[in-house]
Amino acid sequence: MEFTLKTFIFYGFAFLTIASAFVVVTVRNIVHAAFSLMVTLFGVAGLYVFLQADFLAATQVIVYVGGILVLILFGVMMTSGRLEMRIHIERGQLLLGGVIAVALLMLLLTVIANTPAWKNLTDDGTELPPTTERIGELILNGPFLLPFEVVSVLLLVALIGAALISRKEVRE
Amino acid sequence: MTLQHYLVISAILFTLGIFAVLTRRNAISILMGIELILNSCNLNFAAFSRFMTPPEDISGQVIAIFGIVLAAAEAAVFLAIILAIYREFGSIRPNEVDTLKG
Repeated sequence: MEFTLKTFIFYGFAFLTIASAFVVVTVRNIVHAAFSLMVTLFGVAGLYVFLQADFLAATQVIVYVGGILVLILFGVMMTSGRLEMRIHIERGQLLLGGVIAVALLMLLLTVIANTPAWKNLTDDGTELPPTTERIGELILNGPFLLPFEVVSVLLLVALIGAALISRKEVRE
Repeated sequence: MTLQHYLVISAILFTLGIFAVLTRRNAISILMGIELILNSCNLNFAAFSRFMTPPEDISGQVIAIFGIVLAAAEAAVFLAIILAIYREFGSIRPNEVDTLKG
């Protein structure tokens, strides 16, 4: 593989994603973790751009960075006093969790490296047309119409459920 | 870039998310770990859609969009539960929520 500007940028995004995800799971201050998660989500959006999934990248930025991350920061503000800002970690759990995580990573990497069907699939670099139109076609006039409707009901259920759970209980 | 590049990135993200869920003692940090896991899953869907199917077939990307929607709904309910727990127990450490513990 020749080393072009494109591969350079790809490795930049990959490094950014993994490094900031590492910060998310190791840093002690929860606000720092939340902002590092923002960098991770932007990095994943950049990887989507490399996969020529433009609509998916835009959705990732709008929903994750604009929605879920703000929700997480609200959660931090409403639940964490000065004591809870620092995340409590126990050493024995850290060791056990680290061993399990490293073992899992080894297993996944072995599977990725040894599956014959996944080998030598390179990106030929062909430019594909924008995906938005075809995604709309698939969702509204294709095989994904039923899942789309089910997901809309699910969103309604989540909305009502979240409002019901988080409201103050009125005791008579 | 090959398929395996994306799979390796996604595997590392997944492992870091599992690590966060296993070791962190703060419910919001656990939510961040779950978000990392869901992101790695969506990245896998998009990568397989790009490399394993013909270029005009983008069903994998649609599945990834559904994944993002589910993650948003899950985060909203998760934070509502965290708020209720905080009001009841005054803390969001999962090991202090032990009313049902025998």
